[in-house]
Amino acid sequence: MLHLLIQRLRQGKHTSSFPAGGAGLPERFRGRPGIEAAKCSGGCRDCAEACPTGAIATSPVRIDLGACLFCMACQDACPEGALRYTADPRLAARNKADLIVAEGEDPKLVAALDAGMKRLFGRSLKLRQVSAGGCNGCEAELVALGNVVFDLSRFGIEFVASPRHADGLVVTGPVTQNMELALRETYAAVPSPKIVIAVGACAISGGPFAGSSVCKNGVPADIPVDLYVPGCPPHPVTLLDGLLRLLGRIQGDESRRAR
Amino acid sequence: MQPVDASNPPAQPLPLDARAAWTTNAVAIPIAQVPELSSQEFRGACVDLCTQGARLSALLAIPSENAKPLQVLAVLSHDARRCLAILRVELAEGEGYPSLSVALPQAQAFERELFESHGIRPLGHPWLKPLRRHADLEASPENVQAHTFFQVEGASIHEVAVGPVHAGIIEPGHFRFQCHGEEVLNLEIQLGYQHRGAEPLLLRSAPARRVVVAESIAGDTVIGHASAYAIAMEGLGGAAPPVYAQAIRAIALELERLSNHVGDLGALCNDVAYLPGASWFGRLRGEFLNLLMELSGNRFGRSLIQPGGVRFGLTNEQRARFLSRLVAARRDLQGTAQQMFGAASVASRFEHTGVVSKDVAESLGLVGVVARASGCDRDVRRDHPVGIHHFVQIPVCLQESGDVMARAQVRWEEVEKSLDFVVAQIESLPAGSGGSHDVRPKPCMLAVGMVEGWRGEIAHVAVTGKDGQLVAYKIVDPSFHNWFGLGLALRGQEISDFPLCNKSFNLSYAGHDL
Repeated sequence: MLHLLIQRLRQGKHTSSFPAGGAGLPERFRGRPGIEAAKCSGGCRDCAEACPTGAIATSPVRIDLGACLFCMACQDACPEGALRYTADPRLAARNKADLIVAEGEDPKLVAALDAGMKRLFGRSLKLRQVSAGGCNGCEAELVALGNVVFDLSRFGIEFVASPRHADGLVVTGPVTQNMELALRETYAAVPSPKIVIAVGACAISGGPFAGSSVCKNGVPADIPVDLYVPGCPPHPVTLLDGLLRLLGRIQGDESRRAR
Repeated sequence: MQPVDASNPPAQPLPLDARAAWTTNAVAIPIAQVPELSSQEFRGACVDLCTQGARLSALLAIPSENAKPLQVLAVLSHDARRCLAILRVELAEGEGYPSLSVALPQAQAFERELFESHGIRPLGHPWLKPLRRHADLEASPENVQAHTFFQVEGASIHEVAVGPVHAGIIEPGHFRFQCHGEEVLNLEIQLGYQHRGAEPLLLRSAPARRVVVAESIAGDTVIGHASAYAIAMEGLGGAAPPVYAQAIRAIALELERLSNHVGDLGALCNDVAYLPGASWFGRLRGEFLNLLMELSGNRFGRSLIQPGGVRFGLTNEQRARFLSRLVAARRDLQGTAQQMFGAASVASRFEHTGVVSKDVAESLGLVGVVARASGCDRDVRRDHPVGIHHFVQIPVCLQESGDVMARAQVRWEEVEKSLDFVVAQIESLPAGSGGSHDVRPKPCMLAVGMVEGWRGEIAHVAVTGKDGQLVAYKIVDPSFHNWFGLGLALRGQEISDFPLCNKSFNLSYAGHDL
């Protein structure tokens, strides 16, 4: 027992100071992509053609964060260096239109739930997770939210074992044919009012598996989604930022600091 | 770190069996060099080679340009001789071949896959149940029987069904237990819920998309699968990446192993309610993900590996920072492991739980941590080296008892060996570049890319046609070999030991289902 206590003291405290403090992200971290239209000659479609998931539209350049895998293809392809990832981890949005990044526009950050829902869930939100073809990347980051660094439960948010105990559903994966029924039944088993959170490029758009004949390109349109969290997979800080904004616990420019 | 011992070179050939074409990891051969065997000869050769120490690493169908429409290729790994045997049989539409599984249980899942995906019937296969494609098979009544679960009958026998949606943040799969009281008589594992069509998607996509599909086969094994893909493509193109890129790949592969092994040790602690271990290992797992993020910009190393090389290197400041962070991580890991392995409550749950004997592991063709915990001496980094592993070897960690304790100990020993390796590589990182990303596969070739991922052997097999385009691509995740081992580990256990046994295997659902 004594050795255990000594070890406990030696290991120290590691809980992240986010959102009050910085997110501790390294220089190469790829957050919200930035577009410098002044540098773009507009004459080519190299970025759009290089993108493995077709997330980029041109003239003017716009990037759909719901399909973006945050890979390096567009940045490498652009001859003028007009596309650069920033370290801004705030990526989540309330609807798909807000996931489009365009030059000169401020990020459309997550708006809080309405007063009634906030009263219900603001201080205690229980979530049920369903992996529907997720590769275990998004799942691993959702698990990481529970470790001592991110410590999700300090915000009153917890993952529960049964949809009957849940206030909402977190969906990962491109929704395979073989999981569609289980996803729908789990959704139906969550009592109303409920929220749905789509985590990762797969759940939003199919991600790397978009267009596969055995997948549904993400959460089916008839299941209403309240929060989209882009990424492949999203960093735990991106997940935290989205969840806390949804509950109205972060507002405005708080949580901007990447480092 | 052991330098290669020049006085004791790997045992060299007895004459190689002429029924197969022989190659090594990462080295392509013209597909025409693979002898065409009759179905009887094919079965005979596979069985003979496996009796002489080979294992089945892949079994796949490729389109044929000859009169018969399909060919089946087998890739057998001969670990002791450090080479790969490629065997081939041609089949007519709907024609069967004598099943390998009766003599070689390690072939059972491969043959079910061939039947399900290509209609190639392994004659005499004992259990031709679908692996992944429930939906289209459910439509056909003749297959309903193939869907029933194995059942034990008798008074007071009961059945427990779990999944596909589980009680935690876990991928989906279905587990069917036949129990007598608490004792599990049989566990049948039905997967396929994660089937995303990764192989056809990879085959028909443009190169940029292929990389991201390869990275997403199993999201906890981004480096492993992306490396296997890159090695196969580089083999087809006849171009090896520069030494610098190979060193960065090897460092990333060990960081991936460290993060997962450390995470697994924490999860094993959690499953036996040893919470200090769960918290500390859980936190330390993140240290290695964060190092991967510092290297590649992503916690799982996405965008690092490209055919031809790597996209990022380490600056001198980064190297210094990595080394000091690794010192701190090692100190905390050792402190935690000492507490964990010294705790009687942990030992009493780990020891004699979920035993897999060496005989069972050999016959099922298990790979990786699970195989080494049962005394099977196999590790791709030593047996089928590519890149830096030709020059620097990481000691292979073995245990004999085959229980949860052995699987935990193999993980811990591998953590220490990986730390040694990463530190040595960072200290002696050669100067150089990440390499060119322009790799052009040559026509009518076959290449195998193998990597010792943190779970075990990853094998990718790529075949090109006349114009140099891919015509077949097979992905084998280590989980594909190992899931059946979990079922057998549960026999005679209490059902309450299932989570612990499951975690000690920690297999990928997505990697199996593809």
